[in-house]
Amino acid sequence: MDYLKETIDSLNEKLTKGEITPEQLRDETLAKIKEIDPKIKAFITVDDAAKVSSVSPKESKLAGIPIGIKDNIVTDGLKTTAASHILDNFVPVYDATVIEKLKKAGATIIGKLNMDEFAMGSSTETSYFAKTHNPWNLDKVPGGSSGGSAAAVAAGEVVAALGSDTGGSVRQPAAFNGIFGIKPTYGRVSRWGLIAFASSLDQIGVLSKRVKDSAEVLNVIAGYDEHDSTVSEKPVPDYTEALGKDVKGVRVAVPKEYFSDAVDQGVRDAVTKQIEVLKNAGAIINEVSLPYTKYVVPTYYIIASSEASSNLQRFDGIRYGYRSENAKNLLDVYLKSRSEGFGQEVKRRIMLGSFTLSAGSYDAFFRQATKVRTLIVRDFERVFEDNDVIVGPTTTTTAFGIGEEISDPLKMYNNDILTISANMAGVPAASVPAGLSDGMPVGMQIMAKRFDEASIFRVADFIERQNEFYKETPKGLED
Amino acid sequence: MNFKSTIGFEVHFELKTKSKIFSPSPVTYGAEPNSEANVIDWGYPGVLPTVNKEVYRLGLMVALATHSEISMRTHFDRKNYYYPDSPKAYQITQFFEPLARNGYVEIEVNGKKKRIGIHEMHIEEDAGKNTHGTNGFSYVDLNRQGVPLLEVVSEPDIETPEEGYAYLEKLRKIVQFTGASDVKMEEGSMRVDTNISIRPAGQKELGTKVEMKNLNSFEHVRLSLAYEQKRQEQVLLSGGRIQVSTRRFDEATGKTVLERVKEGAADYRYFPEPDIAPYHIQQKWVDEIKEQLPKSAEERFNQYTNEFGITEYDANVLLATKETSDFFDQTVAAGADPQMAANWLNTQVNGYLNDQRVELADVKLTPANLAEMIKLIKDGTISSKIAKKVFAETIANGTSPKEFVEKHGLVQLSDESVLGPMVKEIVDNNPQSVEDFKNGKDRAIGFLVGQIMKQTKGQANPVVVNKLLKAELQSR
Repeated sequence: MDYLKETIDSLNEKLTKGEITPEQLRDETLAKIKEIDPKIKAFITVDDAAKVSSVSPKESKLAGIPIGIKDNIVTDGLKTTAASHILDNFVPVYDATVIEKLKKAGATIIGKLNMDEFAMGSSTETSYFAKTHNPWNLDKVPGGSSGGSAAAVAAGEVVAALGSDTGGSVRQPAAFNGIFGIKPTYGRVSRWGLIAFASSLDQIGVLSKRVKDSAEVLNVIAGYDEHDSTVSEKPVPDYTEALGKDVKGVRVAVPKEYFSDAVDQGVRDAVTKQIEVLKNAGAIINEVSLPYTKYVVPTYYIIASSEASSNLQRFDGIRYGYRSENAKNLLDVYLKSRSEGFGQEVKRRIMLGSFTLSAGSYDAFFRQATKVRTLIVRDFERVFEDNDVIVGPTTTTTAFGIGEEISDPLKMYNNDILTISANMAGVPAASVPAGLSDGMPVGMQIMAKRFDEASIFRVADFIERQNEFYKETPKGLED
Repeated sequence: MNFKSTIGFEVHFELKTKSKIFSPSPVTYGAEPNSEANVIDWGYPGVLPTVNKEVYRLGLMVALATHSEISMRTHFDRKNYYYPDSPKAYQITQFFEPLARNGYVEIEVNGKKKRIGIHEMHIEEDAGKNTHGTNGFSYVDLNRQGVPLLEVVSEPDIETPEEGYAYLEKLRKIVQFTGASDVKMEEGSMRVDTNISIRPAGQKELGTKVEMKNLNSFEHVRLSLAYEQKRQEQVLLSGGRIQVSTRRFDEATGKTVLERVKEGAADYRYFPEPDIAPYHIQQKWVDEIKEQLPKSAEERFNQYTNEFGITEYDANVLLATKETSDFFDQTVAAGADPQMAANWLNTQVNGYLNDQRVELADVKLTPANLAEMIKLIKDGTISSKIAKKVFAETIANGTSPKEFVEKHGLVQLSDESVLGPMVKEIVDNNPQSVEDFKNGKDRAIGFLVGQIMKQTKGQANPVVVNKLLKAELQSR
């Protein structure tokens, strides 16, 4: 079985015809992971005993399909670590809503994927367990924080995976690995069971090689959930209905700020070429401005770190997770468990967030950032008055080398400038392959109005059919 | 030198909901440790709070009952701090936008009425409980984690310990009669923190505040404030300085004892709770709640004394708890004579509850049964002597008085055509009594009534028997 050539549809056909059983599909997947993963290191936990559902492949597209899960989404009975030492032995007692829905649809939860610790990072290098390698070039990072999810899909270990996206954590690794990745509207997918990083920005997303596969998975995981009061009650459309269409008359906004010198020439060229394709197919291209783009990085790091500093307080060594053996009293339990349990990047953001929320700096930092956030939201509302989608590069560069940026956090933070806005504004956004630059994949970002994922699927699917990037094979896996 | 005191209160009420404020765990008192805590209460990774709307409703009842201004757009905030009984290491509370502001309650001390302002009231979650074992281990019980609380913060309008006492009494009564809380200090459903500062008369700015937390009765609040007032005066008079501090009331000595000095305010890093969307309270809902608001103790007192003509003393006894007052209202509504209902509740029922050490809610007596029994007494069907028997049966087993009376033939004998011949016979058989009666000895009647009662096994209507006897004797 080679997922590089398979889709959910093709697997579903084989299962429906009985050419392969769900058990065999699971075992082939396990064998594939055993073969490839030592090179990629996408998985933290592989569930050799993954339960195969009895849902019929005739009833559900996802029946019997093995799916990988980012390790910050809790799975009942299956270790969930958020790639942190502080949770390295944590076995949840309940399923996240998305897991419950996938199981109900018959999917096989095959294992848990590597990520930056608590989703804080853009390279999967802050994981406590391992560094994941980019299948296109094993010396390069897979991006992050859903680096394991993207690498596992690109390497053909699974056909689709769940990730989470707080500031670009689905889209940037999708771009770096030459696959599709979508962060839905904030409030489209339940966060119940997602280990929180920044609650007002976090959203669970899907990564897959083919656009349609993400549409199939999103069809299942999206929708109202009584456990999450920030989830919308809006009905979920069938996203596959947006596929196979042309782009005639689609109004495409191209923000000039997304094509500055801060973005590599090779990346700009690849994306510009795709915009030409859209134009030639009858899309209406409008150059627009998103003037608040220059403020998004500092604004994001204040809001995200503030919320994270509070969200991560529960990891205190008292009820679950790592507790320092050197602790002799209560204060020790807190200080030592957390000092020993958290990695450097997590500590950096906890300190940053504790500072920006403290009584003396709240007004100057947190309150100010929430005001700027409102301006960013308006920026987007204004552009979407006359446009259906906003497109541009997903990232400023292609995948960088392992170890290259990890010691320069500011440089790493600035890489997120193109993806953060969608989280700040709560709008859906995806990355679709736009070709190669120096042999490494480039992603084109497509954003749309809140709850208009359909427009993203329509444009992304069109691009995919035009450039057929999925036919390319990651070079890092060739011996 | 003369001093003026300024007293403030932060009172927490547990709101009476079936489940917790942010989780479906049940709210009960005294359950097995951690038996009523789920993953949300435990602060497990990935869990999210969802608001129990009943908490808003109960909070709004208290807001309306204290004439407060309601925040129509309300939201929650996080208060960050570490403690083992705080599983998320933050408390979800309302810091920036409390549920209501600017209310008041009216108190009366020594015949003088005064309005005490309510600065604000907000809803929040309770924490768990830490206990310390003798084996060197400490234990955390999260049953209480997530129990909904309403914190009511007073304005600095209270000037004496007596006013403080009256404020607490009044506030408790108001909250109690909305039904929003059990208001039991001994079970922690009402908790009182107080603070007091003093300043030389004439000085405008307030003195340094000293806090006292978790006082366990209103009397202790009064005593501790009175002690603290004197202590602070002495400190200032001897040239000392009051420290910002928390003190504890020592019941044995009646003194307050320093617990800790506050060095700088704690920084709780408050910020809006991102997991809970802001909530818009609809005016229509507020109007509905206002309409359904149970009658206050004050309204009931006026009704009892004016409309029903019950004595003030009896009215106050009935109004000691909402349960008794509700029971009374329902008994009257079921057709009972109000004064009789009050008498029965305040004497027989209370006596029974005290003897059995149970509460009104625990016994099988219903307002309908009590009303039925009172009607039987009033229309002469049973005597008050028989009524005691009926009552004992009804309160113990919930038996209908009417059925019990019928089944055991306890109906009072009032029929003169039956009693007449009996009276005649008794008088015939007791000539000595006739003699005594003629000689002015009224006791003779008592003896003869006793004979009739004996003969009828207590069922004869004493009023009718008396009347017939007198007539019979006079005719001789």
